[in-house]
Amino acid sequence: MKKDQYIMGIETSCDETAVAIVKNGREIVANVVASQIESHKRFGGVVPEIASRHHVEQLTVVLEEAMEKANLHFSDIDAIAVTEGPGLVGALLIGVNSAKALAFAHGIPLIGVHHIAGHIYANRIVTEMKFPLLALVVSGGHTELVYMKEHGHFEVIGETRDDAAGEAYDKVARTLNLPYPGGPHIDRLAQEGEATIDLPRAWLEEGSYDFSFSGLKSAVINTVHNAEQRGENIAPENLAASFQQSVIDVLVKKTALAVKEYKVKQVLLAGGVAANKGLRAALEQEFQQVEGIDLVIPPLSLCTDNAAMIASAGSIFFEKGQRAQLSLNANPGLDITTHNYQQ
Amino acid sequence: MKILAIDTSNYALGIAVIDGEKVIGEYITNVKKNHSIRVMPSIERLLLDCDLKPADLTKIVVAKGPGSYTGVRIGVTIAKTLAWTLNIPLVGVSSLAILASSVGRYYQGSVSPLFDARRGQIYTGLYRYEDAKFTTSVEDQILLAKDWAAQLKESSEPILFVGNDLPLHKSTLTDILGSQALFAEITEHNPRPAELALLGTDMEGEEIHSFVPNYIRLAEAESKWLEANKLKD
Ligand SMILES: [Zn+2]
Repeated sequence: MKKDQYIMGIETSCDETAVAIVKNGREIVANVVASQIESHKRFGGVVPEIASRHHVEQLTVVLEEAMEKANLHFSDIDAIAVTEGPGLVGALLIGVNSAKALAFAHGIPLIGVHHIAGHIYANRIVTEMKFPLLALVVSGGHTELVYMKEHGHFEVIGETRDDAAGEAYDKVARTLNLPYPGGPHIDRLAQEGEATIDLPRAWLEEGSYDFSFSGLKSAVINTVHNAEQRGENIAPENLAASFQQSVIDVLVKKTALAVKEYKVKQVLLAGGVAANKGLRAALEQEFQQVEGIDLVIPPLSLCTDNAAMIASAGSIFFEKGQRAQLSLNANPGLDITTHNYQQ
Repeated sequence: MKILAIDTSNYALGIAVIDGEKVIGEYITNVKKNHSIRVMPSIERLLLDCDLKPADLTKIVVAKGPGSYTGVRIGVTIAKTLAWTLNIPLVGVSSLAILASSVGRYYQGSVSPLFDARRGQIYTGLYRYEDAKFTTSVEDQILLAKDWAAQLKESSEPILFVGNDLPLHKSTLTDILGSQALFAEITEHNPRPAELALLGTDMEGEEIHSFVPNYIRLAEAESKWLEANKLKD
């Protein structure tokens, strides 16, 4: 009988200090997340220096809680997988250096994981992957369409040319005087309103899977500004609904086109914006009834930053023989395709 | 007793292992290179050369700042993780005290170790040996080099300055203090990790989870926020 595999994941790329232990790549044994959001709310966004300080305060606490929940010893852990990038460099450094210290102290293999590869692999905790597949990654920092022909192989076929979808959400939320982070507030407001305001959709040139949200963001700001000048009142719920509709239209349409061209068997939603109810509903409507295509949307707790997703991706990279040295560094500009060549 | 000392608070990177009776191994560089890449391989190399395994360590002593925020955090993160996972005591020592302790041991008077803190400012404190006991007479702080010199002038006692950033502030100090300012030789400017280990030898282990660097300063956004919220009250 094959021995069970236990991978520890560590994630500190932004404002969550997270440690998880995942069994055989798919089963969560422990998944602890310490969020700093309350601290950053004061500033209306994540302050890098403060995020780094909180990670130093939290990491051993979170490590201990995860190990206690898992009821395991380090001698049971097969590898330590850590987010190497992209993200805030000072924040990433805490996870990376802690992971290296653990790997060294116990003689355990170390694996560097790309944050977005982690988000994609959160889906594998829900259901086994079927290749080829397409992942729509939408978060505060990313909007990407990633094609995977097999495990551990990533091809970015489309990405944002300016703002990430999550960034656009935060900026529009600020325009509507909604608290940070804006995504959930706009989503909630949009459920109450109707998409009555005409806003642009950036399709870009024919055949491109890239995205652009800065024009839409400006259009929202202009709409609010112009209404104010005319002394008119725009129902914020209708503006939120119209904005959200525009974002979703582009995301879903481009995904649908890519699904056809790449003849994929599975569509995965990944990243923090995957928590968005409107986006979930629109994807379900588009793909649920299509034969031969499975739509996978992870539960909310696995959409936002967590370490189980890092451990799950780490499990595959571990099996493929990918190993990091003790010289592993945080890499804020890490490219997801670096995983492709380390097999 | 096998004590591992780690200092990454400034450009100098130092790792040492001492066992109370002797310094078993020591590694120091003073180059502008990435600490994050080099610290763990340096620790691995030193322990290997000293025929030690991580499990042989009985205590971790770390330089807790002041210094570069990122630099201090790298050392403190590694120290916290090692101490926690090896289940051994963790002790933090002022990064400035390390410099003052080694140069001041055979000097009758006050020592002012310093690190540059940009825009004319320095991190410094005042230390001396009294009856063979190492004492702090002014706590670590950040201030303008010229203000520090003016304060020291009042005491009119000679002050020994030490630290790799001295060239940036030497003229300011000399202008104000004249012959009252003495300067250590370049061989004293790298904080010695063995000195760090020695300072930590008899200190009691601290609570690991709540251990944080001594940044001296709040994060800029934090102090601005406090300022703004004070005005509101
Ligand atoms: Zn993320």
